[in-house]
Amino acid sequence: MASTSVPDPQQWVGLYADYLYSYAFARLDNEEQARDLVQETFLAALEKLDQFRGNSSERTWLTAILKYKIIDVYRKKNSGLQTERVDREPELEFFESDNGHWKEAYSPQAFGIEDSDPLANKELTSVLQKCLRKLPSLWFSVFTMKHMDDLATEMICKELKVTPSNFWLIIHRAKLNLRACIQKAWL
Amino acid sequence: MSAIKKIIYNCRHATYLIEKRQHTPLTLKERLQLVIHLSGCSVCRLFQRQSLMINRLIRGLFHDTNAQERKLDDDFKREMQRKINERLTK
Repeated sequence: MASTSVPDPQQWVGLYADYLYSYAFARLDNEEQARDLVQETFLAALEKLDQFRGNSSERTWLTAILKYKIIDVYRKKNSGLQTERVDREPELEFFESDNGHWKEAYSPQAFGIEDSDPLANKELTSVLQKCLRKLPSLWFSVFTMKHMDDLATEMICKELKVTPSNFWLIIHRAKLNLRACIQKAWL
Repeated sequence: MSAIKKIIYNCRHATYLIEKRQHTPLTLKERLQLVIHLSGCSVCRLFQRQSLMINRLIRGLFHDTNAQERKLDDDFKREMQRKINERLTK
């Protein structure tokens, strides 16, 4: 079968290395780890060239391999940490324990840019990146897999060994912390 | 306060539902709780707007990797190319 979508590994570094590196770095925030995963991705892909089906682009195929490697890093980083993290009630930092009302000091205040295009705001982008770095590792992993990669909840729970109810607590906590961190830096 | 009121006036619970709703459909009961809470709580309405803004920001940031492109070190690339070629000729 004549096909234009035969993989051409000779070209991979030139065509995809920077893209894959950016992708990995955004999710790991670690240059060395991101770099190594790009290399591992290429080498793993070489081993399974025969599995490449022309129905996705080379880049998509390589990204999928990289994605699994990133999940693997998350899994290793988070194994054994869950119970300690989830048993505490960090929401109590933000809400009154008796009635669940916002604590005065943490109550959301308008940033003044809620309805504008947030991406146009470089300063906001860099604040967000700093705040993401402050999240505990498990929260960051869960949050990233859900928000950046749109992975199914069941898959995230399975890979990171989190129960569904803890999953929603983590999603909630991560956002509360992220929003509070942005508010602190922004106002 | 009755149990139902306690839930309806609870911002902690409301923000939890706001986050959950962004990823999965809420039950009818949860939807009602949230609608009633938001109709009377401007702080949580603001939280919701900011939360959605943060989502847009994150999506944009990481989906459009071109906007954020980082460059991999040239030496590392050369070395990687060498390893690939080596395996291809094996």
